[in-house]
Amino acid sequence: MEAVYAVTVGVLCACGLYLLLAARTLQVIFGIMLFCYAVNLFLLGMGRLTTGRPPMAGAGAGLADPVPQALVLTAIVIGFATTAFCVVLALRSLAMNGTDHVNGKEKRAQ
Amino acid sequence: MNHALLLPVLIPLVAAAAMVALPARARPLQRALHALATLALLPVAAALARRAASGEIAVYALGNWPAPFGIVLQVDRLGALMLVLTAVLACCCMIATTSSDALRGRYFYPLFQFQLMGLNGAFVAGDLFNLFVFFELLLIASYALLLHGGGRLRVRNGLHYLVLNLAGSSFFLIALGVLYGVTGTLNMVDAGIRLAQLAASRADTLPLASFAGAMLMLVFGLKAALFPLSFWLPQAYRSAIGPVSALFAIMTKVGVYAMLRCDALVFGGAAGLLRGFMHDVAWWLAIATIGFGAIGALAVQSLKATTGYVVLVSVGLLVAAVSMQSPAAWSALLYYLVSTTLCTAALFVLSDLLEAQPQTPEAADELGPRGAAAGGGTPSVSTALAVASAAPSGTPKAAALALAPPPSRAAALLFLAAAIGAIGLPPLSGFIGKALVLAATPLARALVLWPVVLVAGLVLIVAMSRTGTRLLWTIPASYGYGAPALPSEPPAASSAHLAKLAACALLLGCVVAITLGAGPLTRYLEASAAQLSEHGAYVDAVLRARR
Repeated sequence: MEAVYAVTVGVLCACGLYLLLAARTLQVIFGIMLFCYAVNLFLLGMGRLTTGRPPMAGAGAGLADPVPQALVLTAIVIGFATTAFCVVLALRSLAMNGTDHVNGKEKRAQ
Repeated sequence: MNHALLLPVLIPLVAAAAMVALPARARPLQRALHALATLALLPVAAALARRAASGEIAVYALGNWPAPFGIVLQVDRLGALMLVLTAVLACCCMIATTSSDALRGRYFYPLFQFQLMGLNGAFVAGDLFNLFVFFELLLIASYALLLHGGGRLRVRNGLHYLVLNLAGSSFFLIALGVLYGVTGTLNMVDAGIRLAQLAASRADTLPLASFAGAMLMLVFGLKAALFPLSFWLPQAYRSAIGPVSALFAIMTKVGVYAMLRCDALVFGGAAGLLRGFMHDVAWWLAIATIGFGAIGALAVQSLKATTGYVVLVSVGLLVAAVSMQSPAAWSALLYYLVSTTLCTAALFVLSDLLEAQPQTPEAADELGPRGAAAGGGTPSVSTALAVASAAPSGTPKAAALALAPPPSRAAALLFLAAAIGAIGLPPLSGFIGKALVLAATPLARALVLWPVVLVAGLVLIVAMSRTGTRLLWTIPASYGYGAPALPSEPPAASSAHLAKLAACALLLGCVVAITLGAGPLTRYLEASAAQLSEHGAYVDAVLRARR
């Protein structure tokens, strides 16, 4: 399971970073979202991957670590809010400039 | 247990929430609330500093959960210093914010308060994840404050700033995740103990911990605008309005603060994991930042842009001092940090007075991608004469810009003092701070740092005197050579002018105060740096704080 999980996180990260470098705001926003997902999964994985363990209370040693879950929850909320802000800003930029290039204008034709 | 530790976070939070709830027509009430909440931070910060000065590390366990399990807020000497600095800066920015500044967007006051809440929270946070949360809070407020005033240029710069910081936050989370995976805790003091244990037992996970530390430092470097991550700063600071840029003067210092805090508490300072990274990587990046800032200052013209690069040079010196990892360097850098924050904030406020400010979003765009770089309303003598001969052609642009009032003698003198302080010339505190840092540099590093800092200082003198000459020694367009029917200044302009002058004078008054009181202040700062190097005191205070 660890290997599949790690590969998933890695692929998501790579796709996110690649899109983040694009010149169109929509792609950049998708890049941010993918990267955020990857980071959230990564945080969850850092609490060690366990299955079938009780989350809060239970007998003895077999508890899932609750801290990464709390961290991921916070990170999701913050990521969601900032992504929403980013979308609004990108729309504003599109409405003002008539183009979705991140610099607000197309690159000059060669 | 002392609830006063919560106040620096709670006051702005409650004030901002109340202001958002008020209807838009209750603006005077909003303004009063804003002034009250900002002023209230001063006595709170002073009381906390007084308490911290005795050497006590005040700890507040939220919900009374003991330290490694619950979240703690802590105020030591360093945190108290930053709280006081933030409160003073916020009060001056509050005075400098005229009602016409605030009217350019709907939620200026609440955003300002949220920004203060994020700043204060970052300074009292006792665990790394809370540091992240408060960083996000202050960033979210800063995105919106940067856009305040609107216009194509601000939207573009705001978008760049936003995307860059979102990426930075994700890397912050990755570093936190790795650190948690290695140590199993996020409390700074507790993580420090676990990392020391790992290092002592030479565990396999040690490289992972070093990686997390290096990544954390790079993320803080992004916030502090360390060299390869610093290209956002001049753009962002240039497009914000004056009082906002002045408040942003402390944003880069939050990055420096976080570097210092984490290096000392979590990674164990000079004996710790990050020794190699700090000594080799951070050091050279800091030197590069100084060089980049100095060259950039020569390349731009407007006061705001030049000041942005002055901020970069100061960040370079601060990070260089952090990377030396000795208490002497740390106390010197704290003195320089206070001084440079106040001086650059004063320059940002002054830029509102000395340069023509675009009043409408369209006017802001007309000035092109360099913002007010073209100088707007204060062209050189030849341009003024050209305008005089080609009479009405100059008017449309002049109407769109608020005319820069003819620079008053007071503004000119304040500019001189602020520039001297920001560059670091005698007799003001900038010089003392710089001299302290240079004196604390060990010989091998001094061979690199001294020439770089001295040459950068010379370059900044050239850049600043050029800006000052352009702004103060030319015939301002507002004298109206031949340009007919210039719009008369709005009646509120003179009181707004006075408010900005007063804010600037207050900031420089603080600079003079820390210059005269350099003795007591440096003793306090030496104690702060010594406190940072004593991990045991933090362990006693934080991990054994049971009521």
